[in-house]
Amino acid sequence: MASTRCAACKYLRRRCPSDCIFSLYFPSNNPQRFAYVHKIFGASNIGKILQVLPVYRRADAADSLYYEARCRIKDPIYGCVGIINLLHQEICNVQSQIAKIQAEIAFLSNHAQSDQTQFQQLNIAPNVDPIFLSEQKCVSNSFDDSSTLFY
Amino acid sequence: MGGNSPCASCKLLRRRCAKECIFAPYFPSDDPHKFSIVHKIFGASNVSKMLQELPLQQRADAVSSLVYEANARVRDPVYGCVGAISYLQNQVSQLQMQLAVAQSEILCFQMQQELAPITTSPVLLEGDDKPSLFLHQNNLPQFLTYSSSNNVIFDSFKKESFLGQDMIFS
Repeated sequence: MASTRCAACKYLRRRCPSDCIFSLYFPSNNPQRFAYVHKIFGASNIGKILQVLPVYRRADAADSLYYEARCRIKDPIYGCVGIINLLHQEICNVQSQIAKIQAEIAFLSNHAQSDQTQFQQLNIAPNVDPIFLSEQKCVSNSFDDSSTLFY
Repeated sequence: MGGNSPCASCKLLRRRCAKECIFAPYFPSDDPHKFSIVHKIFGASNVSKMLQELPLQQRADAVSSLVYEANARVRDPVYGCVGAISYLQNQVSQLQMQLAVAQSEILCFQMQQELAPITTSPVLLEGDDKPSLFLHQNNLPQFLTYSSSNNVIFDSFKKESFLGQDMIFS
């Protein structure tokens, strides 16, 4: 039964011991995974990071190190920090969109209330000119102009 | 030209700080912690190779991001700054849901506004009143093509199960 070396030991051209700390997280069928983390962090540092962690946390740690290494290789200047910045920007964008829409809703609901009040007042005075009524509708429908106040 | 005090990296590595030391501009001797953290996570040799591959004007930013990542990894040895990414992505998703809800609210509101005059005051309607539903055209396309940008960010990486379902940055 031939024992396969893990990707780390293959890469480092050494024997893969039975208690190799890398073997569980860097299997031989994915050599690129170890190549990436080794390029950014170095095998020795990876080993130290994994060793201080409890065994049940090491898989997640290896995965996150791989993710970070990929980010850094893809973006050598900013790495993961570039993604964090993008996400912060996205959060600001969406928050401002939400605020804009909430302001529109507030504006529309205020306007609807004043329309209703006006209509009730006009209903009390039945001899109001219909042309006056349509002019009021034009004013209340000019959202484009009024709502820019909120932008 | 005063005494050439070695940079923080050469001090830590206990070597002579050459005039063209690649670390010197970014790791001054008055902040030894900065280099020690980067060295602990990435290693001086790897940092040197990374900086060498970059043009001069981009190295300062690269060092800043490496320091950030190293600090994150020291604070959270399991997830590092990937924990922050996961947390922020959750935030983006929640906000996008809120945005979708707000957009549907305003759409309902506008539809109600359109329906109300029909039942109460026929003189107010015109033949092609339809455009009032699309007053805020710039909002509707966003609502209709609702897409999460975090998929764009993870596009080349694939959102694998390794991030777990409840990875919250703490």
